Amino acid sequence: MSHAEHTPHAESPAYEAHTHHPNYVKIWAILASLLVVSVAGPFVGIRAVTLITAFGIAIVKAYMVVKNFMHLNVAPRYVAYLVGTMVIFMLLFFAAASPDVMKARGTDWEKPSWLHQAPVAVPAEHGGEH
Amino acid sequence: MSAARPIANTRSAAGMPTGRLAVWWVIASEIVIFGGIIASYVMFRLSHDAFTAAAANTNTWIGAFNTFVLLTSSLFAVLGHKAAEEGNGPKAARMLYLTSLGGLTFLVVKSFEWTHEIREGFTITSSTFWSFYYTACGLHALHVLGGVIIMLIVAADARKYLELHRVELIGIYWHFVDVVWIFLFPLLYIAK
Amino acid sequence: MAESIQAHPHPHGGPHAHEEPGFFRKYFYSTDHKIIAMQYLFTGMAMALVAGFMSYAFRMQLAFPGMHVPLYGLVTPNRYNTLVTNHGAIMVFWVAMPVLLAGFANYLIPLMIGCDDMVFPKLNRLSYQIFFLSVLVLIASFVVPGGGFGGAWTSYPPLSSRGSFSLTPLGASMWLVAVALEFVAFLMGGINFVTTAMNSRAPGMRMYDVPIVVWMIVVASILFMASVGPLIAGAIMLFMDQNVGTAFFDPTRGGDPILWQHLFWFFGHPEVYVVLLPAIGITAEIITVFSRKKLFAYKTVLYTVFGTGVLSFTVWAHHQFIAGIDPRMANVFTITTLLISIPIAEMMFVYIATLYGGSITLATPMLWALAFIAEFLIGGVTGIFLGASGADIYFHDTYFVLAHFHYTFYPIAIIGTFAGVTYWFPKMFGRMMNDTLGKIHFWGTIIPFNFIFIPLFIFGMGGGHRRIYDFTNFPELVPLQKYNVIATCGLLVMLVFQPIFLFNFFRSLFRGPKAEKNPWKANTLEWTAESPPPHGNWPELPTVYRGPYEYSVPGRELDYWPQNAPN
Repeated sequence: MSHAEHTPHAESPAYEAHTHHPNYVKIWAILASLLVVSVAGPFVGIRAVTLITAFGIAIVKAYMVVKNFMHLNVAPRYVAYLVGTMVIFMLLFFAAASPDVMKARGTDWEKPSWLHQAPVAVPAEHGGEH
Repeated sequence: MSAARPIANTRSAAGMPTGRLAVWWVIASEIVIFGGIIASYVMFRLSHDAFTAAAANTNTWIGAFNTFVLLTSSLFAVLGHKAAEEGNGPKAARMLYLTSLGGLTFLVVKSFEWTHEIREGFTITSSTFWSFYYTACGLHALHVLGGVIIMLIVAADARKYLELHRVELIGIYWHFVDVVWIFLFPLLYIAK
Repeated sequence: MAESIQAHPHPHGGPHAHEEPGFFRKYFYSTDHKIIAMQYLFTGMAMALVAGFMSYAFRMQLAFPGMHVPLYGLVTPNRYNTLVTNHGAIMVFWVAMPVLLAGFANYLIPLMIGCDDMVFPKLNRLSYQIFFLSVLVLIASFVVPGGGFGGAWTSYPPLSSRGSFSLTPLGASMWLVAVALEFVAFLMGGINFVTTAMNSRAPGMRMYDVPIVVWMIVVASILFMASVGPLIAGAIMLFMDQNVGTAFFDPTRGGDPILWQHLFWFFGHPEVYVVLLPAIGITAEIITVFSRKKLFAYKTVLYTVFGTGVLSFTVWAHHQFIAGIDPRMANVFTITTLLISIPIAEMMFVYIATLYGGSITLATPMLWALAFIAEFLIGGVTGIFLGASGADIYFHDTYFVLAHFHYTFYPIAIIGTFAGVTYWFPKMFGRMMNDTLGKIHFWGTIIPFNFIFIPLFIFGMGGGHRRIYDFTNFPELVPLQKYNVIATCGLLVMLVFQPIFLFNFFRSLFRGPKAEKNPWKANTLEWTAESPPPHGNWPELPTVYRGPYEYSVPGRELDYWPQNAPN
């Protein structure tokens, strides 16, 4: 059933093994509990709590997955810098585009449909453009 | 032409096996793809009151269940990596099959979810919230599907003790798909 | 020569029978990086002919409105839009990218870092196949009802999202699909380039022994991979708007067209550096060889390029100064845009310092490299006017912008290509090109080039706007019409000289004098392989002992010192 010994990877390139594996099941259990908390958050009713449980936990979960499952902590440092830089670029994009995209009117322009606030999304019978 | 691995592939001047280095570059470029669509969504979400109302109609329980499914499939993926490192090809393949099962479950649940939502009248053109919802989740789902297909191919090789290093590589990709969902879930299901 | 470290002692990657593949397998289904490079190069050059023809057609219309253009016919307003849109898109995505990035990257990287192929040869082949598919989709878009996309290469919605506005609904969607496929192809290619360059260097080749062009290609690939994501997201959203009826960018239904602009230019600006850097790298290789001098400041160039790369992500909204963006943002982007001119200028100075005191040979590749520096400088300094948001209020969307970016893009895409092709032709094809014909072609290209675009600067300053079909409709511009005529005549003269290159290229391919391994007496590793190199590049992979620019080293008999020579 299981091949206990180390088979040399005949067809694969040199494969350096990680020296230790954390208890993956334990990590999974923590992630699942965090998921429960994030779902329960809105029931408290306080907006700030919901935001923290939803997004704060998302960040924590993502960090745990990246660190423990993707082994970013044992990868060469530049990989973390690479991934971090991409995230920073996305924040930069958001920061620079949001002053325009999030406004309903600007210098010499306005977005007509934003100003006459559309009613709550009524399910359309058939979506789409004429 | 030759199907053998070129010598170039076996070198590792950058301190990492080539395959793993390549997967991280793939992840980097995918971060900005999903980042683009998520950033756009957040900009709209924060500036349109109507979005909040539309978002109230997503089913948090289904979303949570799917999140749990992906989380668990990630666990199997990393256990597969551990097995592959120990040289246990068949076990690694089994883990990958379980991971794929998780991915397929995710997709099946999603299709029921979408069918229900469309029947309720929430189509992709109902409002911009729903446009983002279907587009972002659709893009993610395509990545899930692609991941499952590649995983099955890697598992088929791994069962025969071939290309075991690829188990880790598809695992890294899979964890990334999981991380994207970790962010999509609160954005689309919880923040109401 | 020391054998390099690897698991397989065979010369090129594994036991396999060496029966010669058939013609089709060898030239159309190969995984060899050199063949794939050729595929990209030839496809890119063919697309240059297509886009060049388009510019001929619309420039004839601009100079002589209403005429029946020979070999084309009447340029109607719709056709004008299609020609202008696709000229731009093809030149950027289907000429500059495949030739400079995929073509030269594929060819040079393994050869210059001393390995036998790219790390993922089959992925490499797939990337070309997807690229080729994108070419087919684009060409097909020209023949569908409505014709090719006519909403400008920047594809701003709502013009691009509504068929009733662009009048090319089918063409618009096919164009998007073609661009998306091209992006996928280059993402795949980029993975190969970066991973190979990072991991597969020859033993002894430290980071600072890597030729500058390889570094440039790596940074360019990274810039591409980091910037294209938001535009892929945007393209998906635009495609949805076009075909499914969503309203991501429709201001009448809750969307925002400015979002598209941000998504496009967040990619669009780094993209110009994606194509610039390989051209700058090619120039560096050529000027060091033909002035027999070390690159003036290798590490400085390197760090400058890294800085430029990072900065390039912070300047994009200078394309949107008058789109209604927040003026405070415009301030920020003005500062960053003006800042980015500094590292580029510094690189130009490094090149000039490299030339200074060198023993210069004005062979054809060197002429192209020098022309690159001179013409790009003009492009760069005119960019300063556009980067300052105050001045840009006047200049935006005029021919001043157009002349600026042709003074940058043309050196990149055309001069850079000619430089690289004439320089590496002996290695690629094992034959020498004719230098006299090369020089005639050079002067016949460069001089008319300036006659095209200097008048267009003046025309733009006088108020000539972009994307206008017939300027004689504007009485205030009629006195400036003569500049349009001069520009078109310049283009016609330039086109007349291009067959000389084609003739030289193809005749030398089959009948040129045989080239030795190292006709230019250069140091970098590709010149130690046969001309052309066989599959696997070398029977034994080289080991490296020094940097790539050890020219005219005092005390040595020869004025060059190959990287793999032990002493």
